[in-house]
Amino acid sequence: MRDRKLLSSFLRENAVTVMFVLLCALCLALSGLAPSHVMFELFGRLSRNAFLVLALIIPIVAGMGINFAITIGAMAAQISLLWVLEWGIPGTLGFVVAALMTVPIAGFFGFLIGKLLNKMKGQEMIGSMILGYFANGLYQLLFLFIFGNLIPLSNPSLVIKGSVGVANTMDLSLEGGLKYALDGLWRLPFKQALYVFMAVIAVYCVVRFALSSERDIKRLAVCLAFPIAACLLIQIPALQALFITVNVPMATFGLVALLCLFNVVIMRTRLGQQFRAVGQSGAVANASGINVNRVRIIAIMISTVLAGWGQLIFVQNMGSLQTYGAHEQVGLYAGAAILVGGASIVRATNAQALLGCILFHLLFIVAPDAGKNVFGNAAIGEYFRVFISYGVIAVALVIHAWSGAQRRKPANAIREAAK
Amino acid sequence: MGAEYVLEMKGITKRYGENTVLSDVNVRIRPGEIHALLGENGAGKSTLMNVLFGMPVIHNTGGFDGEIYLDGEKVTISSPHDAMLKGIGMVHQEFMLLPGFTIAENIKLNREITRPSALSRIFGRNLERLDMPAMAADARKALDSVGMGIDEYTLVKGLPVGYMQFVEIAREIDKTGIKLLVFDEPTAVLTESEAKQLVSVMKKISERGIAIIFITHRLDEVMAASDSITILRDGQVVSALKTRDTSIVELAELMIGRKNESMISVERRTLDPNAKVALSIEHLAVDMPGEEVLDVSLDVHEGEILGIGGLAGQGKVGIPNGVMGLYPASGSVSLFGEQLELNNARKALQKGLAMVSEDRRGVGLLLDESIEDNIVFNAMQINGDFLTTIAGMHFKNGRQIREHAQRMIKELDIRCTSPLQHTGTLSGGNQQKVCVARALTMKPKLIFVSEPTRGIDIGAKKLVLETLVRLNREMGMTVVMVSSELLELRSICDRIAIVAEGKLVDILPPDSPDADFGLAMSGIKPEKGADGHA
Repeated sequence: MRDRKLLSSFLRENAVTVMFVLLCALCLALSGLAPSHVMFELFGRLSRNAFLVLALIIPIVAGMGINFAITIGAMAAQISLLWVLEWGIPGTLGFVVAALMTVPIAGFFGFLIGKLLNKMKGQEMIGSMILGYFANGLYQLLFLFIFGNLIPLSNPSLVIKGSVGVANTMDLSLEGGLKYALDGLWRLPFKQALYVFMAVIAVYCVVRFALSSERDIKRLAVCLAFPIAACLLIQIPALQALFITVNVPMATFGLVALLCLFNVVIMRTRLGQQFRAVGQSGAVANASGINVNRVRIIAIMISTVLAGWGQLIFVQNMGSLQTYGAHEQVGLYAGAAILVGGASIVRATNAQALLGCILFHLLFIVAPDAGKNVFGNAAIGEYFRVFISYGVIAVALVIHAWSGAQRRKPANAIREAAK
Repeated sequence: MGAEYVLEMKGITKRYGENTVLSDVNVRIRPGEIHALLGENGAGKSTLMNVLFGMPVIHNTGGFDGEIYLDGEKVTISSPHDAMLKGIGMVHQEFMLLPGFTIAENIKLNREITRPSALSRIFGRNLERLDMPAMAADARKALDSVGMGIDEYTLVKGLPVGYMQFVEIAREIDKTGIKLLVFDEPTAVLTESEAKQLVSVMKKISERGIAIIFITHRLDEVMAASDSITILRDGQVVSALKTRDTSIVELAELMIGRKNESMISVERRTLDPNAKVALSIEHLAVDMPGEEVLDVSLDVHEGEILGIGGLAGQGKVGIPNGVMGLYPASGSVSLFGEQLELNNARKALQKGLAMVSEDRRGVGLLLDESIEDNIVFNAMQINGDFLTTIAGMHFKNGRQIREHAQRMIKELDIRCTSPLQHTGTLSGGNQQKVCVARALTMKPKLIFVSEPTRGIDIGAKKLVLETLVRLNREMGMTVVMVSSELLELRSICDRIAIVAEGKLVDILPPDSPDADFGLAMSGIKPEKGADGHA
């Protein structure tokens, strides 16, 4: 009886994730794609998108919901990128310069977004979404009229031929472009890559054990068991075959890992405590002397800068950039992905972001082929992707409102019991 | 220290616009003293505390006159945070705790103990790492001093309310240099044994030399806990006395006592105690946030004006809202012997109940609609009045509506330019009359009037009250009036039910002594003659 209750509450709380796992499994079976091909695609997409999804966590913890305004962070990144291309700074150096330029631009935008969202508490999600659309207009003005017209561009490939304004596509794969500026730094086959990451985890565990005052040997054993098990599992030929085509861009995944670490570490600082406090109750945080508005602005600024970097990682992997479209769906897809992983608009963790990213993109890979096999038309699968993204967000919002109503009841019951 | 008083507030006067809410209030508190602050709603208790804590609401409305001395030194308190730094703490009525944090994290909120980290060396103090063990140790000490054995790593979510209260207290006494603690209605949510424990914890804290301001409406707790008492009424100190020199009855009298000037004089009448029961309420519980009703049983007789009084937040407003189905309710209610389905506003209206809501602008009126549409809205929607049917479709009968509206405007003396004026542009008193007109248009058998005089000027108050009396006397309407203004209830009601802490305390005749009302409002059923408590 109790087990069944636990199961049903687990299903209720993770409805979106469970639904997605089933959907992915079904589409995978229907698509008829080779698993190794799926893995190859999946790792490519993960390296492109994981950073963007992880950029959403801090605003969620700070109680501002999904920051759809990461679109604006992406715009900041594209502005930086345009100038790096204009100046002709090649390869990794160009990437680093673009990343550094993104910080003040995205930071400034983040500050403005935060200021605005503070004026519309409780409406942050719709606010940030509309703000993204509005900023898109300004972005077009900037790229169509101001750049190349008021501020001349000397690089001919950046300008629309025979007209003014920035060209539709920025090609990064040319000589001196940024394609694979980060990915290409260090690539390893999956097996070696796994060894490296597991070794890092093991070293971290041992160092922490050595530094801690308690010397909890049991905990160390548990910590070490995971990397060792992973290294042993990969010895199984079937698993090796699955990952045979995967070539891991170490620097990119290294950055993703660093961001995960950052998300954890910041929550253990005074600032992180303030994020969490503000997220749970602005009134209580305010009463204890926390400057709520300032904390919220910081959360959005960090998120916007991280999103900018995420967009840079995305485009260096893609190798080209749709000047007027690359940023448009960033917020929507990242938001849907994190929800798929089981996050809600009030709670999110690294694990949920990564899981969501995997499931969401897995579906993106397999849905067109599944659509083609079942309906004889790949466009149906394509249509399915967009439908799913909006659907997931809608379902997550409904579930949030519904479980909120459920929570109110027990609270009342407790109060009754106390009387 | 050295100074005789830890806190002295001298000549505090506060005006909101023309309205004087505090005039020349003096309060003096010695170190280690438990000082009770008593008064009805609107007596100025919260305003005084807002002044003490430097709340923005005070500064934004022109500040205050008077002086505050802490330990004999004159201070200006600019913000709640400033008050905290100066050693004044507050234990809130609504818990200021974060459910997702552990007890330790809550106790140390925004006063975290941190250690420098790599990040903080670059980005500053805000990125220092939390030192959880040290925070837990501090929390442990604070918890022990309030006699709580619970693990400091427990999440606040799911703790019993009583525990939360003690966590709040622990947080305040953990603050270094705390000199003065304000307890705002701390026992309102506690069980009896928890309340007793609280009183003993307060005594323990005061033994450490920390002074306490104790705001409550429970007079028996005041007698049990406090050393001295200040009673506020209408923004003035009516009395400051030592607890040992007074009695519970005297306190009740001082709190309520007013010059016996009625607003309107109504002939007293004796009603037949065996009159037919119009509305019978049994074990009503209403989940109205801030005005929760726990268990109220009450009979309303036909043809009477029954008053329901009590302090704000005690549940009196919840009663009409529950019966009318505006908030989730349970229990059983019958109207003239006929069972009424709860939680269904439409049914309640159909059965012949009507209500003039306390929230005039929120649920009472459609502010962007005309007076006439407002007046007939319910009758049209519920009873199907004022409609003509042409070819199977219902249309508003404009002429009938206009005639009715004009009659109502004349009868109730609604001051307006025309029946087409939008209600949003009317004054508060006239809006209230439109609400009454709408309720009457329903031709109800019984009418609830909730806080009818809230936020309207004195002349309008008088008119609204006269209207109610006329309805009752001339049209034989049974009226249930809920009001925070005891004076109004006493001037027009035949009987007055007093509600405290979600329960009915007693039903008193309007000419009962002040002390009886005072006692009832603090939840003590007055015994006849009120001498049992002396």
